[in-house]
Amino acid sequence: MIHSLFLVNSSGDIFLEKHWKSVVSRSVCDYFFEAQERASEPENVPPVIPTPHHYLISVLRHRIYFVAVIQSEVPPLFVIEFLHRVVDTFQDYFGVCTEAAIKDNVVVVYELLEEMLDNGFPLATESNILKELIKPPTILRTVVNTITGSTNVGEQLPTGQLSVVPWRRTGVKYTNNEAYFDVVEEIDAIIDKSGSTITAEIQGVIDACVKLTGMPDLTLSFMNPRLLDDVSFHPCVRFKRWEAERILSFIPPDGNFRLLSYHVSSQNLHPLRSASLVAIPVYVKHNITFREGSSQGRFELTLGPKQTMGKGVEAVLVSSQLPRGVLNTNLNPTQGTYTFDPVTKLLSWDVGKINPQKLPSLKGSMSLQAGASKPDENPTINIQFKIQQSALSGLKVNRLDMYGEKYKPFKGIKYMTKAGKFQVRT
Amino acid sequence: MTDSKYFTTTKKGEIFELKAELNSDKKEKKKEAVKKVIASMTVGKDVSALFPDVVNCMQTDNLELKKLVYLYLMNYAKSQPDMAIMAVNTFVKDCEDPNPLIRALAVRTMGCIRVDKITEYLCEPLRKCLKDEDPYVRKTAAVCVAKLHDINAQLVEDQGFLDTLKDLISDSNPMVVANAVAALSEIAESHPNSNLLDLNPQSINKLLTALNECTEWGQIFILDCLANYTPRDDRESQSICERVTPRLSHANSAVVLSAVKVLMKFMEMLPKDLDYYGTLLKKLAPPLVTLLSAEPELQYVALRNINLIVQKRPEILKHEMKVFFVKYNDPIYVKLEKLDIMIRLASQANIAQVLAELKEYATEVDVDFVRKAVRAIGRCAIKVEQSAERCVSTLLDLIQTKVNYVVQEAIVVIKDIFRKYPNKYESVIATLCENLDSLDEPEARAAMIWIVGEYAERIDNADELLESFLEGFHDESTQVQLQLLTAIVKLFLKKPTETQELVQQVLSLATQDSDNPDLRDRGYIYWRLLSTDPVAAKEVVLAEKPLISEETDLIEPTLLEELICHIGTLASVYHKPPSAFVEGSRGVMHKRLPLGGDIGGSPAMGAGFGAAPAVMPASLNAPVGGGLGDLFDLGGGVGMPMGAYIPPKTVWLPAMKAKGLEISGTFARRAGVIQMELVLTNKAMSVMTDFAIQFNRNSFGLAPAGPLQVLTPLGPNQTIEVSLPLSTVGPVMKMDPLNNLQVAVKNNIDVFYFSCQYPISMLFVEDGKMERQVFLATWKDIPNDNESQFQIQDCHLNSDAASNKLQGSNIFTIAKRTVEGQDMLYMAIKLSNGIWVLAELKMQAGNPNYTVSLGTRRDGEQHY
Repeated sequence: MIHSLFLVNSSGDIFLEKHWKSVVSRSVCDYFFEAQERASEPENVPPVIPTPHHYLISVLRHRIYFVAVIQSEVPPLFVIEFLHRVVDTFQDYFGVCTEAAIKDNVVVVYELLEEMLDNGFPLATESNILKELIKPPTILRTVVNTITGSTNVGEQLPTGQLSVVPWRRTGVKYTNNEAYFDVVEEIDAIIDKSGSTITAEIQGVIDACVKLTGMPDLTLSFMNPRLLDDVSFHPCVRFKRWEAERILSFIPPDGNFRLLSYHVSSQNLHPLRSASLVAIPVYVKHNITFREGSSQGRFELTLGPKQTMGKGVEAVLVSSQLPRGVLNTNLNPTQGTYTFDPVTKLLSWDVGKINPQKLPSLKGSMSLQAGASKPDENPTINIQFKIQQSALSGLKVNRLDMYGEKYKPFKGIKYMTKAGKFQVRT
Repeated sequence: MTDSKYFTTTKKGEIFELKAELNSDKKEKKKEAVKKVIASMTVGKDVSALFPDVVNCMQTDNLELKKLVYLYLMNYAKSQPDMAIMAVNTFVKDCEDPNPLIRALAVRTMGCIRVDKITEYLCEPLRKCLKDEDPYVRKTAAVCVAKLHDINAQLVEDQGFLDTLKDLISDSNPMVVANAVAALSEIAESHPNSNLLDLNPQSINKLLTALNECTEWGQIFILDCLANYTPRDDRESQSICERVTPRLSHANSAVVLSAVKVLMKFMEMLPKDLDYYGTLLKKLAPPLVTLLSAEPELQYVALRNINLIVQKRPEILKHEMKVFFVKYNDPIYVKLEKLDIMIRLASQANIAQVLAELKEYATEVDVDFVRKAVRAIGRCAIKVEQSAERCVSTLLDLIQTKVNYVVQEAIVVIKDIFRKYPNKYESVIATLCENLDSLDEPEARAAMIWIVGEYAERIDNADELLESFLEGFHDESTQVQLQLLTAIVKLFLKKPTETQELVQQVLSLATQDSDNPDLRDRGYIYWRLLSTDPVAAKEVVLAEKPLISEETDLIEPTLLEELICHIGTLASVYHKPPSAFVEGSRGVMHKRLPLGGDIGGSPAMGAGFGAAPAVMPASLNAPVGGGLGDLFDLGGGVGMPMGAYIPPKTVWLPAMKAKGLEISGTFARRAGVIQMELVLTNKAMSVMTDFAIQFNRNSFGLAPAGPLQVLTPLGPNQTIEVSLPLSTVGPVMKMDPLNNLQVAVKNNIDVFYFSCQYPISMLFVEDGKMERQVFLATWKDIPNDNESQFQIQDCHLNSDAASNKLQGSNIFTIAKRTVEGQDMLYMAIKLSNGIWVLAELKMQAGNPNYTVSLGTRRDGEQHY
């Protein structure tokens, strides 16, 4: 199982180590550093690195490498999932997951890690349980603790730990009972240079924030559950009921959690109606050309809304890695601001809202190294955007009901579409 | 007010200061001090000097302080074992605490202290905690057994903790079950044959029930454990699959992949015409696709596993090609894996799409990736014949870009395309020749030279082209030199009149001016061939070449099957058998896919096979493995390198047990007759006479073919050597071990019994040669269950020597091939009872360990 954990910052220093079995020398990380040096970009460090006696499995989050050391055969996904859980927990506890935050709370971090694994076996990884065991640091609590001498470690056995609903603690009480669900869809797409869609898929999640008293039992039904044929559920969802009736029935955890994630691809459901499931909300007209023998290149980019179901496209951000040969750019945006970093060759244009009447565009010239030949590679354009109050796949919640408790909760459902990896080739 | 303040005390006397604070009367001050100590510890500072002071803080009712002290103890107890004893009392007391949290904490911490003296005290509290009324304590104790086993395995066995742990599998609480399974699995890893996880339908049922209710991590442990089970028949297999499929919708990707493993394995047993089989196949695709939308690290592991799944069951993902399309900001390790899978999924139906993508990738920034994309186009051409033309034209387009490394890669793959489809695309040679000057990598130069030599008759200026390479002959790499030599000889054979001078030149360069033995030898061979018999030279050099195979990169089927059983593990990430690399784990414990229901026919047959894998490898490995190892051991032997192997004589019957008669002996096969060679020594005081011998029934029907020839009486301290010819027509009874032989020897004093084991190799008959075709067909027919694999260690022979050696023992090499530096010998053995045993021997140059896979077709002989 998981032997040790090292946290490494972007400059290659180990700033925290934790061992769950015998102590493994830090020198094991040398193999990691070697791999890090070989990688061109920080994110290109391979996630599994063999060393003579151990295996190093790492994830890069918030510019910190979480390097787990294992000695025997352990499923790598198990380790990676656990590391994600560590990151999530830190973020949950400290608001951010940075080196400074971890160092500021080193004792809590240590207590948490100790509670999360025992001898390398996961022990308590649910945030609800952890929070009962170790109270998250808050300014108020620190002050109170100092005055009263009380501690931030719970004295009681976490109630959820062994019940059939380990994700929920008992005795939850709220004055305002509310349940909010956010349907968030990210569209991943590759558009080729002629503007036709090569792949398009939607990664959707339903994130919930549930603050309800007692042991509420919720059911959530959809107008069009057929969209959801590739889903991953939070453990609280009763799978049998979903299989039989396509209704989500669950006792929710307390607080924030991800109820389900789903995947809609253009080919999954209706091979005949292929592209119609995944609508492409924006289009890009582009003309990026370099002429042989000239030290100037032309750059033209225009954005427009496509299938947005009448909702506005906002928070648009265009970025593109221009070829290495480009020295500088001289471009004029009709709206928003653009920057070009001559060192990394990264062009980014903060567009803002797309006004369908007056389409935003970015036009101008690029200067190339004098005498250099025309660049070989075609830049890819990366687009980010948001569309409020709409889920691109058309998924709609029908109703939300609560059983098991008597009060009337406040219910809210919000929809949003975002660009995930939305790429346009030129 | 953050914890960073704990780091600030770096001035002199820090330890001293802390000591004072730790011994303070004020609780608050104490706790702050312990926190400082822990903070120093986390950054790797040595604070072990504070041990006694910290331990003194342990007896407290403040849970946080207690936990902090425990943290410290775990880290430093090992370096201060004597001091650590001081803590034992508090631990034992805490194990009796009314608060289950404290009981669990105490037993958990004690298990983490790797000090022998403490371990002794741990046993009693642990025993109590394993039977604690609170499941939280029980589940913690279960893990503690694994910890203790790691420290002192013997102690755990002696104390009977393993049995208690096994009982916990039937616990009412799913979390306890999951942890017990996890602990047992970990312990089992260091005891490959201990059979700790004795899986039977009842325990499987309990695990499946717990599976639905335990945490995600517990689900992973349980699923991995289930994957080791072999269902009795296809109905059991189906019912397990049905109960495992809901796990495919779990948010935790490790759960999903473990479930995929179970399903991939158990599916093997389902008849393919079953409706459920089709349903299951359909259910597997979406979760695998979903894994690809996760974080890149998860994607990487998923892709490595999908690579295996695609090779085993391409039908699962054949419609999902698009999800493997590369996004430009994927990390390079994800890009390369996606590319590999794209090629595996390429088919006539989707080749247009794939090629368009690959062409796109060839204009990316990352050089490694671009190269691999160009190679991928070549692989597509070789794999999908209908697409070859399109691939070639795509490659030509890429050559037109004149990007140096793209051109070079393209030429290398075009060479392969020529080898696959000879005389089809030679029209492009002209374009290739235009780029001759830009080639600076040896592989590309060699490929180009090969093309020029191979098609010399169609290239007008072939001689000029090759001559231009010849100028810098000595600066070229060996690869290019060898290729150039061959190409010019080919050219000479095709156009002898104009190129005589050129061939002279290259032959003298290769033979006289080069100190590379390979090059020189090849040069001499050509020279002699050309000078003695040009017709023969033509036949040799211009012989028709075998077409290159479509998928040279496929994983060997036996390895693939093993890896499928290990989906989700490190083995699956590295595509190597688990025995090959994880340190100190299991011996050779191979997992096999169960036999397919559609081959077995009736369920009854399936059931028969179900039980087999557990028994077979053990019984097969012992005698045969040993025997084959011995055959090689002969290695450096001087005596009779071509003869059959005869093990050294061993004492079968000591004098003590037989009233003074000592019998030692061995077995040999001489001129087709099995002989038992006995040495009888009389160590008693009196004369022995009237010898006779008899065998009990045995596995291969061995029986004495004549009486025991001891004609003269055997006097005290006299020794006589007799050899007894044996026949194989006696009564048959399966023995355990298989090659066991029970013998009775009678003399004038008494009857004595002993048993001995004969080498299986003795039963290999001389007419064991098999036709290649028959071999191939038989090899394919061997059910997986009848196959076994093991390694022979430390043997320094090359493949030819090994093959000769083995032939001396009637093991006949039927075919040989070389894949990636590994020599594979395919061998056949015929046993005296007419059973064929086929073997595959893998040897790698420089690696003294060989891998042998054995298989036999006869179903009845599965125990063999």
